[in-house]
Amino acid sequence: MAILLLAEHNTEETAKTLNAARAISNDIDILICGTNVQEIAENSAKLTGVRQVLVAEADYLTHQLAEPVADTIIKQSNDYDVFIAASTSIGKNVMPRVAALLDVMQISDIIAVVASDTFKRPIYAGNAIETTRSNDHKKVITVRTASFTPAPSQKNAAPIKTITPAPNPNLSFFVKAQTNKSNRPDLTSASVIISGGRGLGSQEQFMALLLPLANKLEAALGASRAAVDAGYAPNDWQIGQTGKVVAPKLYIAVGISGAIQHLAGIMDAQVIVAINKDAEAPIMQIADYALVGDLHQIIPELEKAL
Amino acid sequence: MKIIVAIKRVVDYNVKIRVKPDRTSVDLSHVKMSMNPFDEIAVEEAVRQRESGKTSEVVLVSIGPETTQEVLRTGLAMGADRALLVTTQETLEPLAIAKILKVIVQEEKPDMVFLGKQAIDDESNQTGQMLAALLGWGQATFASSLDIENRHATVVREVDDGTQTLSLPLPIVMTTDLRLNEPRYISLPNIMKSKKKPIEQKALSDLGLETRKRLTVLSVEEPKPRQCGIKVANVAELVSALKQTNCI
Repeated sequence: MAILLLAEHNTEETAKTLNAARAISNDIDILICGTNVQEIAENSAKLTGVRQVLVAEADYLTHQLAEPVADTIIKQSNDYDVFIAASTSIGKNVMPRVAALLDVMQISDIIAVVASDTFKRPIYAGNAIETTRSNDHKKVITVRTASFTPAPSQKNAAPIKTITPAPNPNLSFFVKAQTNKSNRPDLTSASVIISGGRGLGSQEQFMALLLPLANKLEAALGASRAAVDAGYAPNDWQIGQTGKVVAPKLYIAVGISGAIQHLAGIMDAQVIVAINKDAEAPIMQIADYALVGDLHQIIPELEKAL
Repeated sequence: MKIIVAIKRVVDYNVKIRVKPDRTSVDLSHVKMSMNPFDEIAVEEAVRQRESGKTSEVVLVSIGPETTQEVLRTGLAMGADRALLVTTQETLEPLAIAKILKVIVQEEKPDMVFLGKQAIDDESNQTGQMLAALLGWGQATFASSLDIENRHATVVREVDDGTQTLSLPLPIVMTTDLRLNEPRYISLPNIMKSKKKPIEQKALSDLGLETRKRLTVLSVEEPKPRQCGIKVANVAELVSALKQTNCI
């Protein structure tokens, strides 16, 4: 069974997706779309278990828009049985388009491979886990990378081959991107995450309290939907059903009540610490360590104690 | 200009769902059902486009049993003009839904189709993208802002590291993210008015589509419960507990 893995420009995510793919079959080719992707291609070629790396370069692929990337995958589709990508904003955008063009159902956001056609995935905000078998002749899959470890790199690199992308269908055009530059660790790969909720009270308090603690623990900063909606933190910090799904070693939830939708994003955290003044808050029920009290006192105290 | 909004009736987002003891599915008997929250945002956006004069008609479409009428009524009370219900007792997968919507789109000829970015029950996040593929249209997913000018849509999308702005010639399929707008509450007079708005019904079997299931659900289970945690009394206890577990 040959697998085509759509890689993005984040090799860590690719390495995790690759490990999910290896549980299905060993014939895995990686496809990289974009411009100036030589270095990414070289890094990807070193990942353990890669057969070859395909590079499709064109200016209209720079931003990996759904329409030309999906068409480029379809152009290669005769040679593959499985099409797989990480459940990132790019994977979620591109892969269902590929599935519909192949007339197959996508299996979204898998957290485990049971057999080459059978997968586990969360439904209802992670409150149930479905085991589902695909009866389609070809399979399109997106992977919840928080549930997989990355495939290691090795010295021997797989061959890199240039392919011709599909022509630009001219259905959408990139205008601009606004990136929230941050020198903090990436949320989806951080081993420690400190996350703030509405309880922080303001954007100033959010940063003033959580930033020193995050610096000390070399942690990424996250937020609940309430904190993002209130403007305390940028949108892309949101953790939960509709934000990012994370799996750090340590997750510290500060002033977060723990709505179902938020808990959906932190299920896979190894240790959850909750700091909240409300002992009855749902987050306190699932936390490994719950500390009841005023976060305005506790957080500076915790920072000093570390 | 015409906008079609596809909406889904799902279990209310506040309901704590339970898995059936026989592990075949989630128990949906006697639970509150509502319009999928992302679809409410899609209806709101369509109604706002009409209120600003950019659109002349907003048509709702849903697929499901007769009871789906209630969420269509909600959308009509929010300000949509009319609704279409494709009736079926089957639970359909996103690919089948996209095929049905394609037929509706070819009949209605809208300039835009709005959908929520995902349904909170199956969490597939596929239908909008699949519909765009089947129609050969451009897609703007996870939209947090929409501006229409000279038959071009400028859409700001929520992506992993910030936002991305796209320009797309109409017609397009757009899926809504949380921050596109805040849906309005519906007033009693508008609920009364919505009862006079038409809901046309079509049976799925009359459309002559192939909608067989591609996926077989083998089981549905509760997630592994987390081990019961402990309450710590103060910061010192917390720090020593974290040190013991090698977290810090």
